[in-house]
Amino acid sequence: MRRGASLFNIVSVAIGLAFLYLPISILVIYSFNASRLVTVWGGWSLTWYRELLNDTAILQAAWISLRVAALSATAATILGTLAAVALVRLGSFRGRLLFSGMVYAPLVMPEVITGLSLLLLFVAFNVDRGFWTIAIAHTTLTMCFVTVIVQSRLIGFDRSLEEAAMDLGCPPLKTFLTITLPLIAPAIAAGWMLAFTLSLDDLVIASFTTGPGATTLPIRIYSEVRLGVKPEINAVCTIMIAIVAAGTVVASLITKGGAARRQREALGAQV
Amino acid sequence: MRGEPQGRKWSGRAVVLLPCVWLVVFFLTPFVIVLKISLSQTALAQPPYSPVFDLSAGWAGFLDFARQLSLESFRLLFTDLIYLLSYLKSLQVAAISTLILVLVGYPFAYGIARAPRGWQPLLVMALVLPFWTSFLIRVYAWINILQRDGLLNDVLMRLHIVDVPLIWLSSDTAIYIGIVYSYLPFMVLPLYAALEKMDESLLEAAADLGCPRWKTFWLVVVPLSLPGAAAGALLCFIPIVGEFVIPDLLGGSETLMIGQTLWTEFFANRDWPVASAIAVTLLALLLVPMLFYERLQQRSLEGGR
Repeated sequence: MRRGASLFNIVSVAIGLAFLYLPISILVIYSFNASRLVTVWGGWSLTWYRELLNDTAILQAAWISLRVAALSATAATILGTLAAVALVRLGSFRGRLLFSGMVYAPLVMPEVITGLSLLLLFVAFNVDRGFWTIAIAHTTLTMCFVTVIVQSRLIGFDRSLEEAAMDLGCPPLKTFLTITLPLIAPAIAAGWMLAFTLSLDDLVIASFTTGPGATTLPIRIYSEVRLGVKPEINAVCTIMIAIVAAGTVVASLITKGGAARRQREALGAQV
Repeated sequence: MRGEPQGRKWSGRAVVLLPCVWLVVFFLTPFVIVLKISLSQTALAQPPYSPVFDLSAGWAGFLDFARQLSLESFRLLFTDLIYLLSYLKSLQVAAISTLILVLVGYPFAYGIARAPRGWQPLLVMALVLPFWTSFLIRVYAWINILQRDGLLNDVLMRLHIVDVPLIWLSSDTAIYIGIVYSYLPFMVLPLYAALEKMDESLLEAAADLGCPRWKTFWLVVVPLSLPGAAAGALLCFIPIVGEFVIPDLLGGSETLMIGQTLWTEFFANRDWPVASAIAVTLLALLLVPMLFYERLQQRSLEGGR
């Protein structure tokens, strides 16, 4: 690609970024608005955040969402990493086509279909719906995202370290745990965080698989939003955005540190 | 597997087994059940459909069960205009928004790909960051802007472009805005990945041979970025067809998209067989683009070895 951006390039990137960030910025700013109306600016205030602290329904929903997200992200990371290792390292095995089909399909499957089918599964086997069914549904939804992230890391890495360990008599499991796992750790961490935020975010699948007493934050927000804009919801959203932004910065620092370390190692190997 | 030791083979099997069992139980089996219920009929019972498959009745029970299956729900889908219109509306919205996404996303991705090397990771991160914030929040943010006494009307009236507030929310325009906004990163990222890989010398060669810039763009850049554009278009088109949240929060109530119709059949009408039949037909409709997407995904992840 020839370097040197033309004016048209700069303008299109600027407009694109403005389009992406303007609505979110407006939402954040108006969560600090003292006035209840969107068009009236009543000065800066923390009223809606104070009101949020007294809204037990929202706080409870947030707590359930966080627990579901932590649990399902962990399960999805384990399953997704195994699937990625299988796809990259096992070459062709029987049923590979079906396996990779099942792994990639949830990426583009419309959520209403996944949600409906999981619900009907739980009904068919008489499973009580609630916290656990949402966690299972989210694990199924998010593991494919982990697989894709870990897979791309596994493809772009040097196998000679692994081969050296195996040649020196290190058993496969130990090689995986001591050599492979630390090398793909940044991708696994990124996968976990993506799974966590996707679970925290999901409305459709959670609505299908939820049961009494398991109202997640998006379900709660959705039922409030349908009745119109509420400043408290602006405040909840701002808090979620802040958490996600902080998480993303930390994640990028981790991967950057990992990249720098790898680069140093590669240089060391050359010398 | 070139001459791997036996132990490696066994650990390999263990690695596949766990995710495979999970996916068979929680991804494949549910579809079989959906298919089965789409062939059932509504009943005033719990669960609200019949026949209910009973393993204890044995082979005779299975035959009895098979006799009771019917295509009633599918017949309804193809005869009642509501469902047909819903499918058409979904396809129309998905096609038009994918087109808008390509038109909006291309200059954006091209701009990022032509930015100085050092800037590119930062720009990509700026592009991805909103995608990490909640989908629901991003759609909700537009309600603040588009509602009748919202910011867009406020700005337009202050600038004296319009005198009375326009209706933005509950319209197709709002659906398109919401979809383009939410799916933009999915379109720009694959496009950028394709554009960024492009060999610089091709453009230099074209310039050296006296090809004008716009012609180089059209004859060299665009064809080379087609795989990226195809991946982005599929990554957007497929989920948009089944989209629920955006049309539900931003759209009107005249013609529902198929995701909303499924939702209403299931939650409001409690007609599980029809909801399942909608899901089955939707899946059949999306199967070809989904297989295309899987091919692209496999090629990009596994072809580069």
